[in-house]
Amino acid sequence: MENIPKIPIGDWVNELIIFVQSNFAGFFGVVRTVIEALVEGLRDGILFLPPVLFIAFTMVLVFLITNRRIALGAGLGLFLLLNLGLWEASMNTLSLVLTATFLALLFGIPFGILTAWSEAAHKCTMPVLDLMQTMPPFVYLVPAVILFKIGVVPALIATVVFAMPPVIRLTGLGIRQVPGELLEAAEAFGSTKIQKLVKIQLPLALPTIMAGINQCIMLSLSMVVIAAMIGAGGLGGEVLRGLQRLDIPTGFEGGLAIVIIAIILDRVTQNLGKGKRTRAAH
Amino acid sequence: MVRGLVKIFGPHPQKVLPLLRDGLSKEQLFEKTRHAVGVYEATFSVRPGEVFVLMGLSGSGKSTLLRCLNRLIEPTAGEILIDGEDIVQVDEKRLRDLRRRRLGMVFQRFALFPHRSIIDNVAYGLEVQGLPLAERHEKAKAVLEMVGLKEWAASYPHELSGGMQQRVGLARALASDPDILLMDEAFSALDPLIRRDMQNELLALQSQMNKTIIFVTHDLDEALKIGDRIALMKDGMIVQIGTPEEILTKPANEYVHRFVEDVDMAKVLTAGAIMKSAETVSTKDGPRVALRRMKELGISSIFVVTRERKLAGIVTAEDAVQAREENVEDLSRILAPDPPTTLLDTPISDLIPVLADSKYPVAVVNQDGRLAGVIVRGALLAGLTRRGD
Repeated sequence: MENIPKIPIGDWVNELIIFVQSNFAGFFGVVRTVIEALVEGLRDGILFLPPVLFIAFTMVLVFLITNRRIALGAGLGLFLLLNLGLWEASMNTLSLVLTATFLALLFGIPFGILTAWSEAAHKCTMPVLDLMQTMPPFVYLVPAVILFKIGVVPALIATVVFAMPPVIRLTGLGIRQVPGELLEAAEAFGSTKIQKLVKIQLPLALPTIMAGINQCIMLSLSMVVIAAMIGAGGLGGEVLRGLQRLDIPTGFEGGLAIVIIAIILDRVTQNLGKGKRTRAAH
Repeated sequence: MVRGLVKIFGPHPQKVLPLLRDGLSKEQLFEKTRHAVGVYEATFSVRPGEVFVLMGLSGSGKSTLLRCLNRLIEPTAGEILIDGEDIVQVDEKRLRDLRRRRLGMVFQRFALFPHRSIIDNVAYGLEVQGLPLAERHEKAKAVLEMVGLKEWAASYPHELSGGMQQRVGLARALASDPDILLMDEAFSALDPLIRRDMQNELLALQSQMNKTIIFVTHDLDEALKIGDRIALMKDGMIVQIGTPEEILTKPANEYVHRFVEDVDMAKVLTAGAIMKSAETVSTKDGPRVALRRMKELGISSIFVVTRERKLAGIVTAEDAVQAREENVEDLSRILAPDPPTTLLDTPISDLIPVLADSKYPVAVVNQDGRLAGVIVRGALLAGLTRRGD
């Protein structure tokens, strides 16, 4: 065994990254600009509003989607963030999570549809998804930083990579679960493939897709601290600071704020899925 | 019109087709190549406005054959001609068009879309054609009214009973006014009472619509009841095509014979099939003529008809004797009122109670009231025991 030289997998990856970096720098620059604009635009938009107005607005929205109890809880939670002096950091994190989720859905849902349509795509995608989900996120932080420089963009890319697999999986699963007889019926009445997708498959897969979106948001939030390590700031930055300085109050308050945002987003997305489910009950 | 239709399931159906044509049996083919034969050399033609039943046990290939007709399953070989156009050869766009406008389909397990209201289910076919909302809802409402579910338009499928759901399935198939209805075991998932109602309703609708219906079933009674003609299938092949009576009385082979053995003949044979020609006297004859005819024939009553052969009544021997004694010349004065009558196409199961209650034979009349024949108890019993001979 000792005679077999070590296979230089690590070196290959390294060379690949350097090659990509030196040849496609322009492309990554554009991606970086676009993503930065997205996250910062959203954050600045939120911060432009007086916090009280934003809280009121959120409460109404939550009430419309869920119920009075959860809306009230969301309002109290947001007031606590304001009270702890974590408003800006919280909104920073919120816009990061929402942008990451948006991008994950933008790519994940079409990909999920593709895996449902084509057995080959399904077979190719699944191992990649396994890799994305089990590879420790720290590992791809470094290449992300090399390609996109320190800041919010590599953090966001890493978050998308980590949070997208459940979207792809559950979109594919939801579409595959639509009973064959319904597809047969749709076909017998002369539907095109797109009509079948839009009128039958997606609406019936919606509860499953919503579960995927919920998972995606939760995974994005769990990346917040790791993202802070490469300069994403926000609540993750607070937690990280508490960790580095052994500062219990700062760390705990930052963590609590993450939990509050997580619970609000979770309840809202869960109820979005449920609302559709009761309407489509069978 | 279907000619030489073949469906082979497996990765290379075209390659193994010649083997089958060379006389390899289905079992041998499966052993050798792992290809299963769904339908082999099916040839039949359906007339416009006819209810054509594909019947067979499960696995006989009847549903596969039906699905080949709108290419939900791609046939391996053969032709399907609708007004001279070969469906097997048309491209996808034309196929979609045919499915949208000419071929409606009803499914065994209803296959309603659970996330759509009843009216949107019914309007689905119109929706994929691109009709505007108002127009397709108007048409869908009209069809829903036809199947008696107008007030359920805004409900969802899970709120309806099985029978109602299948009416929606039927309405959905009818909404785009196709000429051809494909019905795949449409009533098999319903319980027997509802099933019978639906069969009657389909027949009633059909008498107004005059669609060409191809109906798949494994239920012989259902096939006999609704089919104008029946194709009996076994192992992917059509064994016999014929009217219900032909299938019952002239089975093509031992298989058909065994298949139809347990049929309740009383439900299949009609009054017209077992009646004897009626001996009659005219209203202008007197009691003496009537008595003489009865004596000649050895019967105790005789039907009296008008000059147009419409049924006027019945005269019994006793009444005729009495009339002769009293010198009554006019037969119409001694007619027994309302002798039992029946129509030509009444199944004889419905005649048994009539005959049991009546001391007279039953008169069989056609639509305009003319006497067509007569059924006496003996003829009924003979009819019940008649079978393939």
